[in-house]
Amino acid sequence: MTDDRVAFDPEDVLRMARKLRSKLPRSLGLLILAALIGLGLISAYYQVEPDEVAIVTRFGKFVSTAGPGPHGKLPFGIERVQKVPVERQLKQEFGFRTTRAEIQSSYSKDERTSAESTMLTGDLNVATVEWIVQYKISDPYKYLFKLRDVEETFRLMAEASMRTVVGDHSVTELLTVGRESIAAKAKELLSNLCKLYDNGISVQQLVLQDVDPPESVKPSFNDVNQAIQERERAINDAWAEYNQEIPRARGQAEQAIQAAEGYAVDRVNRAKGDAQRFIALEEEYRKAPEVTRQRIYLETLAAVLPAAGKKLVFDERAKGILPLFPLGAPEKQELKP
Amino acid sequence: MSARIGWLLVIVAALLITLDGALYTVSEQQQVVITQFGEPIGQAVTSPGLHFKLPFAQEINVFDKRWLEWNGNPNQVPTRDKKYIWVDTYARWRIANPLLFFQRLRDERGAQSRLDDIIDGETRNVIANHNLIEIVRTSNRPFEQAEEIEDVMEVEEMRQVGLGRDKITRLILQRASEIVPDYGIELVDVQVQRVNYIESVQAKVFERMISERKRIADRHRSEGQGKSAEIRGKKERELKVIQSEAYRKTQEIMGRGDAEATAIYADAYNRNGELYEFAKSMETYRTGIDKDSWLVLSTNARLFRYLQSPNAAAESSKR
Repeated sequence: MTDDRVAFDPEDVLRMARKLRSKLPRSLGLLILAALIGLGLISAYYQVEPDEVAIVTRFGKFVSTAGPGPHGKLPFGIERVQKVPVERQLKQEFGFRTTRAEIQSSYSKDERTSAESTMLTGDLNVATVEWIVQYKISDPYKYLFKLRDVEETFRLMAEASMRTVVGDHSVTELLTVGRESIAAKAKELLSNLCKLYDNGISVQQLVLQDVDPPESVKPSFNDVNQAIQERERAINDAWAEYNQEIPRARGQAEQAIQAAEGYAVDRVNRAKGDAQRFIALEEEYRKAPEVTRQRIYLETLAAVLPAAGKKLVFDERAKGILPLFPLGAPEKQELKP
Repeated sequence: MSARIGWLLVIVAALLITLDGALYTVSEQQQVVITQFGEPIGQAVTSPGLHFKLPFAQEINVFDKRWLEWNGNPNQVPTRDKKYIWVDTYARWRIANPLLFFQRLRDERGAQSRLDDIIDGETRNVIANHNLIEIVRTSNRPFEQAEEIEDVMEVEEMRQVGLGRDKITRLILQRASEIVPDYGIELVDVQVQRVNYIESVQAKVFERMISERKRIADRHRSEGQGKSAEIRGKKERELKVIQSEAYRKTQEIMGRGDAEATAIYADAYNRNGELYEFAKSMETYRTGIDKDSWLVLSTNARLFRYLQSPNAAAESSKR
């Protein structure tokens, strides 16, 4: 075997090839097997969140529901899982969309939402109504398998219900006193429709948001409110005047009556006093009439004469002389005949 | 050995392909019609799960088993009282008889167009035969606070409904439901999603709303003025009553006082009328004569007689 012309030994090559061939399928097979097992495990495992429920179907047929937690199923599409959020409070908005739900949410409106919110009222007027519906999925099987587009249908049902109820109320009721009853009736209608369509949805709440007359009509509606206020104010002002003046007049009347009574009493008492004084004098006078009279007379003159500022004493016998009255002269003057 | 493996692979592949052709799944949402060489055979398969069919010869046609949507386009429809409105209806339907459906309509697109014709047609018919109010209102319930609006609103708006919205939609559903079974379709519901005025009518309605509100506002204002004038009048009247009453009473009281005083005086002074005149005159002289008064006295005054002579009293009695 010292022939150096041959680089390799064909026997060795065959031996090597045979060795490879026996090894290769086995390792490749193992790899493929391992990959298959891995994929199988991945597709066999699923997890259900706390607010969800999983619907399991085998070859398309419903087999079971699974609650929250980790679960296993048959892999490779034999069994499929659809998860439904049954505990979550879901919401649909009509007439507006919340663009940012925070403490200060912001909203957007466009042509589509304004088409949702414009509707006819029972008195054939037009109003814009915004509302929300809060609901839960009560039956996941029905929710998945009864209607093809559950959510969109639900929106249509909600619009139809709201419009039916609003169409039975006047625009005044809608804007003022009827809000609660309208929301309650719409919720009832919607729930009934859900039962009819058997859509597995349970309506929790229906709440009206902004309810307005159409833009161009708003000012005249506001004017009505203003007119009501003006009316109230006019009436209140009139009553205020009344309540101010009548009690005051009554008070004044009382006052006048009291004053009159005071006057009357005063008069009577004075009269009594004066009378009493005179009666006493009269009794004394009766006892000594002439002397009493003289006394009173002279006492009076004694007080009067000094008090008089200007005095004139003239003799009656002096005739033919013009008595001069020096008006303004302080002393007493005597005219001589 | 490789040939054997090769043949094995081919056989396995063939088996798999055949199996694939023989097995099919039907989900909870599906129903299947089997066709053999293009023609449907047998009943529709509606139960979900794994099913068998003849491979290669038979084909499956899958249809939805669920309630399907029909969202009509808004139609401009005139009502019986000549109001033009946009009516937007929707319906929910299902393929009740997939075999018939397949034969008559082939697929959903066919169904949609057929439903367009049927439902839109019935909608137009029903609406054209009724007044607008029938499509808007459901009942004849009276509106609250109607009094303030009643004589302000035009009478026709307050007309009562004979049927009402609900019964109208039931009517559309009923009529359409009579036609659709021919196509293997069942209608579960028809609803009016929206009813709106067309542009030109809406503009007029807005005008009417504005003038209506104006009348209500005017009425409120005039009511306010009327009531306040009433209250003011009442106030004036009561004031007069109070004041005149008070005057009457005061005059009465004062009069009584005066009368009583007069009686007391008369009673006393009547004892000696002349004495009263004398005493009162003396009093009057005291108060009436002051430093600005002139006193003109005669020398004949008795007061001055003692000025003439100390015995004037005796002399005068002698004379």
